[in-house]
Amino acid sequence: MPFISNTPEQQKQMLADIGLTMDELFADIPAELMAKSFDLPAGASEQQVRERLAELSDKNSTDLICFLGGGFYDHFIPAAVNSIISRGEFYTAYTPYQPELSQGTLQAIYEFQSAICRLTEMEVANASLYDGGTAVYEAMMMALRITGRNKVVIDDSVNPIYRVMIHSYTRNLRIELEETHCKDGLANREQILDRVDDQTAAVILQNPNFFGCIEDFSDIAAAVHKKGALLIVSCYPISLGILKTPGAMGADIVTGEGQSLGMPVSFGGPYLGFMASRKQYVHKMPGRIVGETTDKIGRRAYVLTLQAREQHIRRDKATSNICSNEALCALTALVYLSLLGKEGLKATAQLCADKASYAYQRLMKISKVQPHFRAKWFFNEFVLDLPCEAAGVIAKLIEEGFAAGFPLSRYYQGMENSMLICVTEKRTKQQIGMLAEALESVL
Amino acid sequence: MVVEGLLYTKEHEWARVEGDTATIGITDYAQEMLGEIVFVELPVVGKEFQSHDEMAVVESTKAASDIYSPVKGKVVQVNSELESKPELINEDCYKMGWICRLEIADRKSVETLMDSKQYEEYLEGL
Repeated sequence: MPFISNTPEQQKQMLADIGLTMDELFADIPAELMAKSFDLPAGASEQQVRERLAELSDKNSTDLICFLGGGFYDHFIPAAVNSIISRGEFYTAYTPYQPELSQGTLQAIYEFQSAICRLTEMEVANASLYDGGTAVYEAMMMALRITGRNKVVIDDSVNPIYRVMIHSYTRNLRIELEETHCKDGLANREQILDRVDDQTAAVILQNPNFFGCIEDFSDIAAAVHKKGALLIVSCYPISLGILKTPGAMGADIVTGEGQSLGMPVSFGGPYLGFMASRKQYVHKMPGRIVGETTDKIGRRAYVLTLQAREQHIRRDKATSNICSNEALCALTALVYLSLLGKEGLKATAQLCADKASYAYQRLMKISKVQPHFRAKWFFNEFVLDLPCEAAGVIAKLIEEGFAAGFPLSRYYQGMENSMLICVTEKRTKQQIGMLAEALESVL
Repeated sequence: MVVEGLLYTKEHEWARVEGDTATIGITDYAQEMLGEIVFVELPVVGKEFQSHDEMAVVESTKAASDIYSPVKGKVVQVNSELESKPELINEDCYKMGWICRLEIADRKSVETLMDSKQYEEYLEGL
């Protein structure tokens, strides 16, 4: 029986009512992604399926030494993280739908929110969003609601994947989106402030930015606020162990990708978006929010709060169509942060920065390698220029056992020879030396 | 409870018209139906509304309701006390719980409102 609840006659009637053919209805799906056929093979046994899946997964290289970053990072994950989150009481990927019955889950989410607030130095956080990209999109929509304005300025040093997501989410909305071009690896202050006017809802920036460069946005925050607009900052949570926080810079909404907090890098996720803001804007925030209260005999209890913002109550006027959260990933982040503690997070961040700095010095000793930006400050990623196309060099280094970096030409014009290299606390001095030798040998 | 001398809408807003200004709030019936009010989103002073435009939002523990402007006019004052004490609407919806004051831009828009007697009859029919 097909899982389609309407009959061919009803479909015909529905199409006639909107004046489209079936092909026109699905015209937005690119031809190359359209299914060629739904003629599926007959079912297979469990053993056959396992063998087929193993065959497919063997095509992946899982033993490369990883210097890839660009938004997702290869950090060490203590074994205790998995062991705690896989306890039956916690093990659900989903937001609780009869929430007050799930006091343990709600408490975990409440503590996650508290951790995000402390990490970003903001006042309120929600129960999480899908990933870093959707989080920054939601922040943008929130700024439009708060200000009642229509223009958004985003610097191209913000993760290009996030920008692609924002463009596709807003394609059919009447929002004026302007991109500024970063200068020497830093947010282009001149262009940004030139474009901010009394119709600008928000400026979106990232720190560390996509090139790994770090900077203080306090001056931009002040200038943006003077125009009545908001500053949205996307950040890399591990870096907040040692960097000035977006909250301290004066950001109004802070978002980020939480994968680095105890989740492995995996193609497609699941990942973890987070969002924090100032208390005055909490009613404009998307997503679930857990609050702490007391029950009728005075015991501490947790509830989903401010639900009138949400879709199941506010319907079409909800702050977002998000009515879920990444519960298990949020729990993972919370457990990871709790295991590291304040000092542990600081030490991890410092190790990343120190090792990246060492790797930069080491790789710069190769005569054919140049730094791309003049900016001196980076966290754990930096951009190198090679004498030839970076994509080819990276392909050769895969043969040598390295995921050596990210070819920036994929998203940035004129950066054909540039590669983004990331170093986390997991990389050793020896591995960095090996990469340097391998890189020198293929240039 | 319906108060004499005020004007009413079918969406349960009241307006107290004095000279060129109208003070706006929600009726006792509305606050009763909404239950415990936890947040009021006030309009911005200076903003202009047509009759029936969405001008404010009242959130209770169980619902969020749009408040529509009963008349055409410009916001000249808002009840900022509601920001920290939204429960004033539950406690005293016709006095302390007022939402905003409008400078009436079109007298005709006032004429379409119900008086207290008409509103009482309207409530009986619900």
